[in-house]
Amino acid sequence: MLHVSPPLAKTGIAKGEVLLDVENVSLRFGGVKAISDVSFDIRKGEVRAIIGPNGAGKTSMLNCINGFYFPQEGHITYKGMKRTRVRPHEAASSGIARTFQNVALFKGMTTLDNIMTGRTLKMNVGLFWQLLRFGPAMREEIEHRRKVEDIVDFLEIQAIRKIPVGKLPYGLQKRVELGRALAMEPELLLLDEPMAGMNLEEKEDMCRFILDVNQTFGTTIALIEHDMGVVMDLSDRVVVLEYGRKIADGTPEVVKADQKVIDAYLGVAH
Amino acid sequence: MAQAATATLDTFPKLLRRNAEVRGSKTAFRHKDLGIWQSWTWAEVYGHVRAYAVGLQSLGLKRGDKIAIVGANRPKLYWSMMAAQMIGAVPVPVYSDAIADELAYVLDHAEVSFAAVQDQEQVDKLLSVTERVPRLKTMVYDWGRGLRDYDHTHLHPIEAVIAQGRSRLSEGSDVVKALDAEIDGGHGDDLSIILYTSGTTGRSKGVMLSAGRSIAAATDTVRFDNITDADEVLAYLPLAWVGDHYLNFAQGLVAGFCTACPESADTAQADLKEIGPTFYFAPPRVFENLLTRVMIRMEDASGLKKKMFHHYIAVAKQWGEKILNGQDVPLGARLSYGLGNLLVYAPLKNALGFSKIRTAYTAGEAIGPELFSFYRSLGMNLKQLYGQTEAFLYVTAQPDGQIRADTVGPASPNVDIRIEEGTGEVLYKSPGQFIGYYKDAEKTAETMTADGYVRTGDAGFFEAGTGHLKIIDRAKDVSKLRSGDLFAPKYIENRLKFYPNIKEVVAFGQGEDYVSVFINIDLTAVGNWAERNNVVYGSYQELAGHPDVYGIIAGHVDEVNRALAAEPMMAAAQIKRFLILHKELDADDGELTRTQKVRRGFVGERYAPLVKALYDGSAEADISTEVTFEDGRKGVISARVKVKDAAQFPAAEPAGKAA
Repeated sequence: MLHVSPPLAKTGIAKGEVLLDVENVSLRFGGVKAISDVSFDIRKGEVRAIIGPNGAGKTSMLNCINGFYFPQEGHITYKGMKRTRVRPHEAASSGIARTFQNVALFKGMTTLDNIMTGRTLKMNVGLFWQLLRFGPAMREEIEHRRKVEDIVDFLEIQAIRKIPVGKLPYGLQKRVELGRALAMEPELLLLDEPMAGMNLEEKEDMCRFILDVNQTFGTTIALIEHDMGVVMDLSDRVVVLEYGRKIADGTPEVVKADQKVIDAYLGVAH
Repeated sequence: MAQAATATLDTFPKLLRRNAEVRGSKTAFRHKDLGIWQSWTWAEVYGHVRAYAVGLQSLGLKRGDKIAIVGANRPKLYWSMMAAQMIGAVPVPVYSDAIADELAYVLDHAEVSFAAVQDQEQVDKLLSVTERVPRLKTMVYDWGRGLRDYDHTHLHPIEAVIAQGRSRLSEGSDVVKALDAEIDGGHGDDLSIILYTSGTTGRSKGVMLSAGRSIAAATDTVRFDNITDADEVLAYLPLAWVGDHYLNFAQGLVAGFCTACPESADTAQADLKEIGPTFYFAPPRVFENLLTRVMIRMEDASGLKKKMFHHYIAVAKQWGEKILNGQDVPLGARLSYGLGNLLVYAPLKNALGFSKIRTAYTAGEAIGPELFSFYRSLGMNLKQLYGQTEAFLYVTAQPDGQIRADTVGPASPNVDIRIEEGTGEVLYKSPGQFIGYYKDAEKTAETMTADGYVRTGDAGFFEAGTGHLKIIDRAKDVSKLRSGDLFAPKYIENRLKFYPNIKEVVAFGQGEDYVSVFINIDLTAVGNWAERNNVVYGSYQELAGHPDVYGIIAGHVDEVNRALAAEPMMAAAQIKRFLILHKELDADDGELTRTQKVRRGFVGERYAPLVKALYDGSAEADISTEVTFEDGRKGVISARVKVKDAAQFPAAEPAGKAA
């Protein structure tokens, strides 16, 4: 008989050193406290899930990490550098990529072009050569196109390469968005509800891609997700937020058994 | 080529070597990878396959072993077959979309010890059935994504196997000699491949084909259609199907033409356009889908374009086929057709990827006469053939100039056909004829007559005068109504299926008072109609049950009844009652075979309450059925299905009284 074992299931043991450390972060909009005094860390190479009921502050948390919001208190340490006010493009060039809850693609552009925009930060040739579309600019574009094609191949979207993304079904748009984030070759990938609004088959595909990204490229992933099955299968560790507070943190098994979590989230139909 | 050398070309590895020698620098394979067409010459392929064969040998594959091939049409999987054959092992291609249970049965029955698979999906599928396939020891794969963390003791990338073989070949001349000896040691009587039939009737059977006979058959048809090494095909048909193995693999090696592999199954249509094959095969439903798509897109075109399209399609309808058949056509019509070609036909064929086609075949099901002549009128040489796995494809084929929509043509070269007295069953003897079913002497004996003819299981007759064969239906399916009138279900089903709105039909009537049918609507065509008419629907089920959809389908049924009434033999078999099924018939649920043929008996049992409702006069019936998803999980679909009556027409009076 053939003895080949598929890779072990997630063991829940966190992997490398701390990549991103969130310390006592609080975020207010006027008098509304979106996040209060939340601390957790994300380690290199892990899949970290952030879960919680609606309005728990999950997306706000991601927005703090990649610089859309500046927390009033606390700080975020990324790759050993403590930062308080980091802007989105700085976060991007330091290796943080993200996808959005509502797809944020250029609807009129093709799949290829959309993914190519993810390469913008990696383009070095000056405007002069780019206008000439010759010499170094050509060489660079070919190199970038090769990277983009690798991603197209990886995400199995060859058939929609030249279709404007606005014409694509939602599930595929989500995949293109992931492709664009991957084009940045990020170290930390933030996924905001990558599976929202998908049918079962699309969800399964997406799960496979996320795991493959994590395993093949060693990309660290932080994701927000509502589907409990997905969270439990995918993630190494889970942090649970409720009303802007952290109520639990640990492996999926630990979190699943936590009474506070059950009360706040799992026990409530939604 | 010297005559003597040709005589010894009795195995595929020898043909591969010949191709590398006589047309080494010609392109043998293409594959679109990372958006770019990669190509390999015959000399390169021969080199790769040699190295691959040695690599497989050092993994333990030996003469007589069986190696499963699971995946889509990719060069490395074709080379896996060639490499296995080079060292005398037997490839067993398997339908890659088969569910685990079917896969396990075939792999175990074929006693495979090796498997060459496409990717992680197939590796996982095979791993999930290892307990039922105890002989399977080693797997090689083409595409490594997601497989990095798997235990690689018995799992190897094909790339590495080839590299290993190459280094062994470069090390010692005894390895080279041993491999050459293996190629020379191959014999025409050797088992070349086992193709599992799709199982229209029960479990799949392993059809054993010998190398010599396969090549003899392919040589005949290559000559019949003047196929040369200048031709090119796009390989998109399932590897496990005789059509792909014959038309692409066998004919490709015999004629030395280039086989292009699409980037993925989803891009096949776009790749077809880029490659522009010269030889093409597709089952009727592919041509039908293409035409439906063209018509739908024309609906959305501008007024001028629409007018131009319809005008020149009418011109083509009137003159196109005549021009293609070389008949006398007035000069004015020729000019008009020429202009139409410039404005409509050529761009249309280009959009479909049919610009360079010299010969195209369709087979497997009856093709609608309208559909058939549509493509022919555009100047595309579309022909019909009739064949089966046991014959290694061709039994009959239409020669150029004798093309008809309602026949499958005269016997192919060197094929001998006989119609059995009484049953009307078609029997044949052909050059490519199979050796027998693998490990099933009983079935083999049932299929062969005492004097060596093979039973097709199809009923048919030779048309007087032309010698063309006409197939009516499966021999066992032709039956009688209670009144004793003839009931040929396929004949009725096909009539209905010629309507674009209807995808699948199952007719009942054996031993009953009248004929009734299940209908599956075509989601593309009916969905488009719904969109244009602001009909809102949430699911297939809802659309299928829509009263207006019932109205449309009733119209089609009436037209068919009117046509049946005009044929004295069939008038009694008019459709009296029909219903539209709430779900699409699906191969995963066992309702269709893997080649998309309806398994009528199974459908009848599965939907017994609906069949009952067709005959007890009720206006609706409840049904709940279990469905299988692609990953093997099961769910239940239930519905209340309406049954409608169809208009009946008086039978035509015997000839002579027609108005």
